[in-house]
Order: sequence, then C-alpha cells, then structure tokens
Amino acid sequence: MRSYLPDFDLQVPDSLGEALALLTQELGQYRPFAGGTDLMVLLNAGLLPAARFLDLSRCQELRGIQETSTHLSFGALTTFTEVRDCKAVHQHFPNLVKSARLTGALAIQNRGTLGGNIANASPAADTPPSLLAYGTEVELISLRGTRRVAYEAFHQGYKKMDLAPDELLQRIIIPKPLGRTFHFYRKVGTRQAQAISKICLAACARIENGTVAEFRIGLGSVAPVPARARNAEAVILGKPLEALPIEEAQLALLADISPIDDIRSSAHYRRVVSQKVLGQMLRELSQSSF
Amino acid sequence: MIGAPAIRKEGRAKVLGSTCYTDDMSAEGALHGATVRSQIPRGILKGIHFGEGIPWNEFVIVTAADIPGKNRVASIVHDQPFLVGIGEEITHPEQPVVLLAHGDRQLLVKARKAVRLEVEELPAVLDLQSSLDLTQVIYGTNNLLKEIHIRKGEPDSVWSQAAHVIEGEYRTGAQEQMYLEPNAMLAVTERGDPNAQVTVYGSLQCPYYVHGALKQLFDLPDDQVRVIALEMGGAFGGKEDYPSVIAGHAALLSWKSGKPVKLVYDREEDLVCTTKRHPSRTRIKTAFDTEGKFLALEIDFVLDGGAYATMSPVVLSRGALHSTSVYCCPNVHIHARAAATNTPPSGAFRGFGAPQSLFAMERHMDVCATQMGMDPVELRRKNFLKIGDSTATGQIIQENLDLGGLMDRVLKEIGYHDKQKAFAAHNATDDPIKRGVAFSVFMHGCGFTGSGEATMASVAGVEGLADGSVSVLAASTEMGQGKNTVFSQIVAEALKLPVDMVNTAIVDTKYVPNSGPTVGSRTTMIVGKLLEDAAYGLKQSLIQHGFLKEPYSPEAFKEAVQKAHARLGSIKSYAQFHKQPHIVWDDASYRGDAYPTFSWACYAAEIAVDTVTFEVKVEDFVAAQEVGRVVNPVLAAGQIEGGVAQGIGWGLWEDVVSNQGRMVNNQMTNYIIPTSADLPRIRVIFLENPHPAGPGGAKGIGELPMDGPAPALLNALQNALGPLRLDEVPMTPERLLTRYEEVYGG
Repeated sequence: MRSYLPDFDLQVPDSLGEALALLTQELGQYRPFAGGTDLMVLLNAGLLPAARFLDLSRCQELRGIQETSTHLSFGALTTFTEVRDCKAVHQHFPNLVKSARLTGALAIQNRGTLGGNIANASPAADTPPSLLAYGTEVELISLRGTRRVAYEAFHQGYKKMDLAPDELLQRIIIPKPLGRTFHFYRKVGTRQAQAISKICLAACARIENGTVAEFRIGLGSVAPVPARARNAEAVILGKPLEALPIEEAQLALLADISPIDDIRSSAHYRRVVSQKVLGQMLRELSQSSF
Repeated sequence: MIGAPAIRKEGRAKVLGSTCYTDDMSAEGALHGATVRSQIPRGILKGIHFGEGIPWNEFVIVTAADIPGKNRVASIVHDQPFLVGIGEEITHPEQPVVLLAHGDRQLLVKARKAVRLEVEELPAVLDLQSSLDLTQVIYGTNNLLKEIHIRKGEPDSVWSQAAHVIEGEYRTGAQEQMYLEPNAMLAVTERGDPNAQVTVYGSLQCPYYVHGALKQLFDLPDDQVRVIALEMGGAFGGKEDYPSVIAGHAALLSWKSGKPVKLVYDREEDLVCTTKRHPSRTRIKTAFDTEGKFLALEIDFVLDGGAYATMSPVVLSRGALHSTSVYCCPNVHIHARAAATNTPPSGAFRGFGAPQSLFAMERHMDVCATQMGMDPVELRRKNFLKIGDSTATGQIIQENLDLGGLMDRVLKEIGYHDKQKAFAAHNATDDPIKRGVAFSVFMHGCGFTGSGEATMASVAGVEGLADGSVSVLAASTEMGQGKNTVFSQIVAEALKLPVDMVNTAIVDTKYVPNSGPTVGSRTTMIVGKLLEDAAYGLKQSLIQHGFLKEPYSPEAFKEAVQKAHARLGSIKSYAQFHKQPHIVWDDASYRGDAYPTFSWACYAAEIAVDTVTFEVKVEDFVAAQEVGRVVNPVLAAGQIEGGVAQGIGWGLWEDVVSNQGRMVNNQMTNYIIPTSADLPRIRVIFLENPHPAGPGGAKGIGELPMDGPAPALLNALQNALGPLRLDEVPMTPERLLTRYEEVYGG
C-alpha cells in the first residue's frame, strides 16, 4: 500500500509549445515533472504539497545531445543513462559521466534527467557540481522567447531559481575544455551505491605553462544550493602546480560553504571532509603530469 | 538427506513470482484498515475528535471501548494495550488509539489525517540515562522492565590483588530488521455466540503467540480462534511479537464491521512503529593476573526497552548470559537491567540481546590486550572456555571444545599475521587509506534460555497422507530461512525417503500443533529433533500394524502409508519436548544450564578506512563456525552470509535517528542498510561436530552470524587507526571522524 495517495492532476502536453501555453495560462499552478524520480518519492511519503503536475515526457524538443566544435548541448530531458552512454561526454566531461553513474540506481538513471536534477534544486544533487566545474550555461524558454543564464547564477537560494513561472529549462550547454585540463569528481555518499551525497566536489582546471590558468570547483550538499568554491579557487588560480598553497585553499573553502546538521550527516563532518577532499583534489592536481 | 543441498521447497514459486503474500490475498468485500497513532511521547488521552469533510458514517471506527475481551496484548507481561482508551495514559508517540476501515484506501488516508486527539501532555523520558536516573517514573516504581543478577565467586575480593584492572563502556544503537515485506494481516471474523470465529492470515513468525493474543482480546476459547501463517518476505525477529498487535487491530475492525479487513503497513509506518533491536550500554570492569588470565569480571548491562515489556525480559536474559563471551572467569557479577522509555517498544531481532553484550566484551578484549601490551590472539587463547570449565551461571562445558583451533583456522584463512605486518608498514606511509585486520570469538546459545523449552513443552508431528507422502505438522514458519526444506530433509533422513516425498503442511493453528515460536535458533535443533522422533514413531507404528517391513524401499513405504491411510483414515505421529534430566536450571538464582548447547564461532574482518572521508570498506570477511552438523550447506551458508551482512550494517551504517522518540529517517533512502556494493565476499566455513541434542547432530545457526561482525570490524578499525575510542556501533564516518580528532587533533 502507498503511504499517501493525494489527489493530483497530471497534464501530459504533446509538445513543448503546448506545455509552455499551459504554464502561461495558469501561471504558477503547475509543477513540471520530468523523470519524476525525486517527486515520486515525496509524493509517496505524503510530503509533496503540489497537486498539479505537467508531465514533459512527450516534449521531444527537450531531448537529445548535440555536439558542435566548441560545445555539447543537452536537452533538459537527457537521462543519466544517455549521459553515461555518450562518447563525447566521456571525452570532454569525465566528471559528468562519474556523477551520472553515481546517481541513484540504474533504474533511476534510466528515468532521471539532467534538467530535472537542476530544476529540482536539491543542494545534494549529483550532477550540478560537475556542471558548475565546467562553466555551464542553461537555456530557458517561455512563450516570450529564450534566454541564457550562467548556471552558477541560476540557483539563488534554497530551492530558489532564476526561472520565471512561465519558463522551462530547455537545454544545458557546456563548453568543451580547451588545452590541457585536469578533472576531479568525488561524491561522499551514505554508502557505495544508491546513496544521497553528504559532500560532493567536482573540479576542472586548465593548465598553461605549468600554472593553473583556469579553475572551477563545484560543491554539493555543503550549502543551500550547489555552489562554486570561489574563495578556494582564487587561492589556487595562477599558481604553479609544484607550489599549490593547499592549506591556504582549505582555509579559504570555509568561506565558500555553510554546511548544516541533518538526517544524513553533521555540519562538522561536512566542513572537515570537504576540506580534506579539496586537499586530496589539489594534491592530485599538483602531481598531475602536463 | 541431512547434509545435502536440497532445493528450497518454496523456491520455484518465489522465482516465478507466484508466491502469495498477505497483501496478495483478496477476500470478498474486504475493507482496508488504518491506524491513528498518538504522535506525542507521553500524556493522558482526553478526547477523540473526528474532523469535517469526511463521510464518517461510511467508516468502521474502533476505539478501546469496542474491545470485547481484555485490552492487553498477551505477552510475557500483559502491559501493552491494543488501543489507548479515553482517560488512559499514552506512553509512546506511535501508540494506536483509533482504528479505521473503509473500502477506499485514498479516503482512508484522508480520514486518518482528519482524526484529532485531545491530549494532556506529560513530561517524557526519551533516553536510557534519564530512565535510570528516574527523571520521571513512567513504568512501575523504578522504570525497570526486568533486572537480573548473575553471580559466580567473589569478584570484590579480587580487584585489589589484580595485576591489571581495566574498565570500559560500550554502546550499541537500535536496528531495524528491514524485512522486504512490511507487516500485514487479513482478518475474517464471524460474530454470534456460540459460533463466533476469529481467523487471521498474515505475515508472522509465531502463530500461537497471535492465537493467544486474539483469545485474550476477544475472550474466546482455543477452537474459536484460528491463525494461518502465510509466506513471509523476511522477519528477523521483527514479526515475533508485533504481529499480535496488528492481528488484533485487523480482527477488531472485522469484528465490528462484519467484513474481512486487511491491514497492511507501508514502509514508513512499519519503520516508525514496529519493534527494533534494543539500544544498549555495557560497562565492563575486568581484572587480570600478570599472565593475562581473567581474575574477575563485573558487567553492568542495560537495554532500552521502550514503553512496554514486550520481549525485553528474555532479550535481557540472553544478552546477560552472553555477556562474558567465550571466556572462563572464576569471579563474575553481571547486573542486567532493561529500562523503560517513552519510545516505541524494542523487540526481537536476530541475536536477541547477544549481539549487544558480545560487541562490548569482544571489543573490550582488544582494548585490554592493547592496554596490557599483549597480542589479542594470545589474550583470548589464555582465557577460552574448554571442556570441564564452568560459565558464569555454573554451566559445565561438556563438549570437547577447541576454540583455539577455531581461531587459528580463521586467522590462517584471512592471513592475519602476514597482513598485520604488511598493514603496519603500509599505515606508516602517507597513503590516506589505512588498513586493518582483526577478529572476534563468540557463541550463541541454541534454543530458549534456561527452563524455556521445558516450560513450553513444544509438540510437532508427521502425517501420512492418502497419496503415500509424508506431511510435516509444526507451527514453525518459513520466513526465508529454509524451514520447509530443512524439516523435510530431517524427516526424509529419519524415514530413509527422498526429500520430495516429504512436504510441510500449511501452518494453520487448526491443523498443526504448537511447536513453539520460530525464534531463538531453535527451529532446526529443537523442533527438528521432535520431528525426527515423530518420524521414527510413524515408522514404528507402520511396522507394528503390519503395513511395513524393514528394510524397505521408498516405494514400499509409500504403499504402506497408502494402505494404512485407506484402512485407518488418518495416521499421525507426534513428539513432545521433555526436559533432559541432566539439564538443570534455576530461574530464581540464574544458576545452571542456560542453554542445552551453544554454537561457536570466530569471525575475522579486513577493512580499509579512507582518512579523507572516514568511509570504511570491508575488504575481506571470514566466518567460521562450529554448528554441530549442517543440514543443508547451501541454506546454511546463505544464513551466515545474510547474518554477516546485517552485522556489518549494524556495525557501520544502520543508525535510527529519532526526534522526540519518533524515528525520522524512516525510509530506505535515509536508513542505510548495505547494498552488494558495500559488502565483501563473505567466506563461510563450517566445522562440524555433531551434537546429540539436535536432529542428525545439528545445532542452531540462525542468530549466530549477527553476533560477530560488529566487534571484528571495530577491532580492525583499531588495528588500522590506533587505539581510538571505538566504543559504539554503528561507527558511522561522522562518529569515526570525531574519535579520530580526539587522538590526532582537528
């Protein structure tokens, strides 16, 4: 027996246009429903207040991975399995493959989507740290038109996004890293599989002449939103690989995070271990051969 | 047949998905039931209000006032009400107050939320220490559900002369059984004297416990209550006592409505309200001589029993009786207490108190070895029980016990000495992964504690059927452990038949005798022995009446049964448990033979701990045990592997997080049981030493594997990280980090 069977209304538009029209007509009434892998858990537990859902599964416009010479562009409904299976993703964004592989179980990976992972706005989501580390942009669409937003500016506060009530997330666009790059992804979950993260850290660095020329760190589960570690990044940027100020970066990280005690872990653990994972990443970076 | 890997009797149906569990049952016109719970830990129920917007006239509503018999769940102590009545005390936050039934599940859920309870709140006792401190008196006069003293020698005379006196305190957390199939019952009743009938079908371990509970609840005689145990999707003790409550609730709703009622818990409800392993705190004080031989042991063992006694008195007893582990000590005092708190009652869970006290003692042994500068292997070897030694209760070890040999076998198998050296060198490097290997040695008492089996005097039997096959008559239930198969093997062996000529009868109290509850590692050894005797009785009877001559072929046996059945109508043979004269136990003084025998084991674990994240990975695990004779090696190995997995989960991850006495991580997402990715290959070794108390020499194995993993893992953590305060399970990464910082700084 289900825990809770609330009354609910599920609309299934046949196209993106129809979906956007419904969103515009009844502004703020619908909760978009992509793979549903998080919403269904909440619904089952009786913890989901929204009663009206907009099932996007028939919006073909939101599917597919496109490659250009400079970018990969993912339709919002791209599943974790599609991410794992795409050769170009393996080639350019290994962190994204790792984060997709560590999301839920295989069945969840078959249903769950990249767009849903973003727009569900959980600070513990597994792909956002990778997306932040790769300098991602998101494309939003409404009947008013489309606009692009830097992903790092998309999350504005706990479950708050730069997303108007008539807008949907259409595509996720990631620039291919240029030159010599270093990639790192580590999810610290509650167990080895089928786990929600307690700490997640993704990093991507471009190395030029033995120094860190470009550097982004994305963090999960240590702040109200998936967050960049700008203070830690600033300490490392421009430094030669053989003399990275690791301890200084670890100290700077404390200004990037605001971890809490919750059902899965403690603020103390999150603070200490995110510093340690940062240290591990920086040691790997300093030892990488370019 | 004993010793053969016979295929599970119910395996085919399970693999094909055709097995019928309680929620798969349908009954004409059945209603769904739901339970309204107290939501606050302690208070007086003043009123029940039914909110607006619900067609209440369509609902079946049951309160305490509707109970025809006694509003107490029959158990060791009759202290728990089925429903709290108006004016009565609420003693935990998940206490049932109102029962509802309706044909529409969705409406039922809305209705449950629309019932408002008016309660005068009282201050609650939510943890063990507050209960012991009597911050509030919530149970009896001293908050104790049970207290036991076990004494041997004069420990107080020894402390001042000892070369070493070492003290320690150890804690263990609650643990959820996490059977796949949540609790479920279907009740069908008929009212009207003198033919009233209450029948329940359900997921339950102990049909006659439920039978007894329903008799008392409805004030009906034996033959007007019937309990049928359906296939179970796991139990692990979690369906030992709580099914009496759910069966009572379903039956009350059915009784009032005149319709069948199905009461099925979902995972969230099952996790918050049903019983869990007792949290524990153990304080140990040990005295050793200069050689490291035990001089005295003082153990203060405390369990958190929750709001009612349920199984606490016997869980406490088993915990206390295992608290000295496998060691011989001349002077012992064990003081054991189960204290009440305003939380849902704790209950049975595989191991039944023993994992708690054994964790403390086996962890303490490594702590003592470190403090005395001794090898934990040699410290144990000096103190092992051997033939002729006496336990804390004065039980004399009668078997030719070789614990040193068992330990050496395990240490060799896991490469203990080589790995200890290699890891010491490795751990001195700057690799953040630190490695450790360690072990635990322990035992598990088979069957009921003390005089339990003699008092219960279980009965089991066999029946010859019209087609010439043999049916096993016992109330022991199949919960995935393999009872159907093992019983059939035991009877087939006694009758010299192929195992497919023997089957187990449906467990229905109308047809099968009371062979006792399916608990306490007793089913194979105790009930199996009764079946062996009953099978011999059947054979003798066929011979005496001239239907059968020895030696015989299976075909001849079949014909004999067919003929006898045609002539006599029914052929059954029963056997009853009788106390063996050499087994002596005194409940008042806690002296004597605590168990007919024990299964013995040594488990070793190799772990790797990442000092970046404090995640622990179990790299290798060797589980060796002496369990008499193995009836079915495939099923037995499965029992051990499953128990070890549960033990690893309890040791490292499974943490019940509570707020105001309520479990808040009551989902599989947040209550972390291990997946296959979290577990090592578990290497199972059986050493066979047939014991006369069991069929074909078999002893009990069901609970044993739960006892050893936790201390072995924490001992291995000590080997990897040095002498941290590794005093608690689960040793989650968060706890391990804190303890690491205590020694090595932040």
